[in-house]
Amino acid sequence: MKTIKTCVTALISALLVFSPVAYADKWSDQFPHIKATGDIPGDCSYESMSKKNYKGKTLKINTHAVPVMGEPTALHAEQFAKLTGAKVDVTHTPAGDLYAKAMVPFQAGQAPYDIVFGFSNFINDWRRYLEPVPKKYVEMKQMKDVTPSHIGVASWDGVMYQFPVDGDRHYLKYRKDVIDNPEYQKQYKDATGKELRVPQTWKEYGEMAAYFNNWDWDGDGEKEYGSAEVMKKDDLMYAAFYSRSAAYSKNPKTPGGFFFDLETMKPLINNPGFVEALTDWVEATKYVPPGGINFGLGDEIGSFGGGQTLFSFSWDDAFVAAMQPDSPINNKVGAAQLPGAMKVWNRKTNTWDEGFNQAPFFVWGWAVGVAKKSKEKEMAFDYLCFFANEANHQADIGIGRFGVNPFRNDDFKVDVWTQIGWDKDIAQSYVDTLAQMEQSKNRVFPLRVPGTFEFNAALATAAAKALAGQLSPQAALDEAAKQWEDILNRVGKDNVRKAYAVGVAMEDNKQ
Amino acid sequence: MNFKHKFVFLFPGLFVLIGILIFPIIFTIRLSLSGWNSYTPEMNFIGITNYIRLFTDDPRFWESFFRLSFLSVTTVVLQYVIGFALAMMVWREIKFKRFFRVIFLVPMMTTPVIMTVIWRTFFHESLGPVNDLLGGLGVKPILWLSDPVIAKFTVIIVEVWQWTPFMFLLLLAGLLSLPKEPFLAAAIDGASPFRKFVYVTFPLMAPISIGAIIIRLIEASKIMDTVFVLTSGGPGTATETSSFYIYIKGLREFQMGYAATLSFTYLVIMIISLTIIAKVLTKLMIKE
Repeated sequence: MKTIKTCVTALISALLVFSPVAYADKWSDQFPHIKATGDIPGDCSYESMSKKNYKGKTLKINTHAVPVMGEPTALHAEQFAKLTGAKVDVTHTPAGDLYAKAMVPFQAGQAPYDIVFGFSNFINDWRRYLEPVPKKYVEMKQMKDVTPSHIGVASWDGVMYQFPVDGDRHYLKYRKDVIDNPEYQKQYKDATGKELRVPQTWKEYGEMAAYFNNWDWDGDGEKEYGSAEVMKKDDLMYAAFYSRSAAYSKNPKTPGGFFFDLETMKPLINNPGFVEALTDWVEATKYVPPGGINFGLGDEIGSFGGGQTLFSFSWDDAFVAAMQPDSPINNKVGAAQLPGAMKVWNRKTNTWDEGFNQAPFFVWGWAVGVAKKSKEKEMAFDYLCFFANEANHQADIGIGRFGVNPFRNDDFKVDVWTQIGWDKDIAQSYVDTLAQMEQSKNRVFPLRVPGTFEFNAALATAAAKALAGQLSPQAALDEAAKQWEDILNRVGKDNVRKAYAVGVAMEDNKQ
Repeated sequence: MNFKHKFVFLFPGLFVLIGILIFPIIFTIRLSLSGWNSYTPEMNFIGITNYIRLFTDDPRFWESFFRLSFLSVTTVVLQYVIGFALAMMVWREIKFKRFFRVIFLVPMMTTPVIMTVIWRTFFHESLGPVNDLLGGLGVKPILWLSDPVIAKFTVIIVEVWQWTPFMFLLLLAGLLSLPKEPFLAAAIDGASPFRKFVYVTFPLMAPISIGAIIIRLIEASKIMDTVFVLTSGGPGTATETSSFYIYIKGLREFQMGYAATLSFTYLVIMIISLTIIAKVLTKLMIKE
């Protein structure tokens, strides 16, 4: 009897262990994208989707340009079409036009696209036109693994409007082979009298970037530069500016708003903290690669990922691109939190508070929703669920240019990254950086208020003028603050305050 | 025939005219009197608020307009001079005349957006071949797209390259249609080539030149694709033109009502200024 029991147990165990492998073989043959994991069983796995029949139906998607998010959208659309028989039309749109391309038909009561991609900070403007994610999907296993902060980002007043496909934050990426190099450490110490280390402050960042600018420090015969940053107006540059500003302006002693004073709704973006950050940024134009002032996100990913610069800071993509096997700097990079500052502006006392301050920026990321007026809602949600299924997600997060970044608890395990070839200590530094940001009590969240696009565009234009030397940092930010006042008057202070309070509560750790 | 029946035949044309010209203008005027944006998705009525904002509180629009004026006048003048020179060259009996005529037209036949992407790659300051070539000659890298002044000239280079063939085509057609007698008379009088050009060719070409310049000015004043792809209006706002600014306000920031105000104002300014330019050119170039 005991022998029979043992045999049955062994047989069941073998079935349990090998059944996913059997799936993997079956589906990864047809879809090499998931060859590392094979299909992973779930409600929206390849196996589950193959049982759906959407023959004769068409799904229309508006997404970002290739490659960032546009490439995985198209890839999963093709896979979804093969599995379900649906026809999937994918339209690619530049980042700056995603908002309007959805808003025009939304406001006209039309639905030319069933699925619209955009940024998570559009949620307040878009939510009235989006179908809430049905309970069936919210309660799925794959959704249960999404971190609470990313569930929060995709939701408004407890209702999920955006289907989580991406998780975002800004952090520092650096060339580990340079910063940890004893020869360079000595050389840097001799030249500047300072330690070469992972920069703790933006000032250190600037000093190191300036030192390692415009000479061939990796011996590849090409000149390298200090930093690659998103500086191109209308190409997400305002997010880079907020990242640089957080340490100088997000004072844990003065809760109640980073962008506005929640009480008075006075814009804070021209206070000395922001001005200091913009002054640093203007200085940064001297240590970016030639043409760096026109770098958009794609350029930044390509520049740092291609080994052109010592530092970079933005979304995960540049880091993941740098860690891909075909990257010239594979396993030569490190991750750390955004640099801090040795002083932070106190808007209550109107003085600088001396001492180290650091504030992670939980920048907005890619978000996607289903149009309320869509006639193919079920198919649309199935597509999104398939897009973000475990197998696709694990394959996508390892490809830098895809722009799909960690947002699930499982993503914060070192093994996930060592399995795709990362050195253990690099994977650990990456995972630790993300975890430290989650744990920080001095976080900044993106602006999610009515007219978000206007506020950010006004700031981007002003910052771009300062970077181009058209205005001083103070004059540029005064101009932006004036425009923010105008926008506030047009939108209505109370409307903005009500929405802004949601973000402030998150920043002040009240949610 | 009943007089009223004649109007029946006019209706299709009239209907099309109203549909594609009158209605959009009236709709734009109405939209310009509304506050339609992302948070007020309706055609409400706010009077002339948008116009007050434009004339009292929007220096960026006026800066972009003066920048546009500089860019369009400069590009059209260069296109006219180069186009005229090329047309004169192939107007004469030279070898491979047909080949050159086709070659000169190639830039105009290419898709502007795609060509601008290629130009942007050429001018890329760290990866582009232009700075590489200059470096080979010992010239320091030029900030083609990052310097606020140089970026304007980069836009001009691309525009001139793309649209000189159009000017060339019109002027060549004009040259080919000129009567031969004045040239014969000038030859009999022993006029030098320079005097022939100044006193015969140029005056005879004046009406065609004015037409070509006006057509190109109208087109150049709508410059959008080159700026969009090459610089996105940057660095800062150094290459931002009126149409690009209107596009940003309308389709990026979603201020539809205000963008309509900008569009209508821009239309009125262009109609007035182009009429004045045409009259001035006629006065200067056509001698009675």
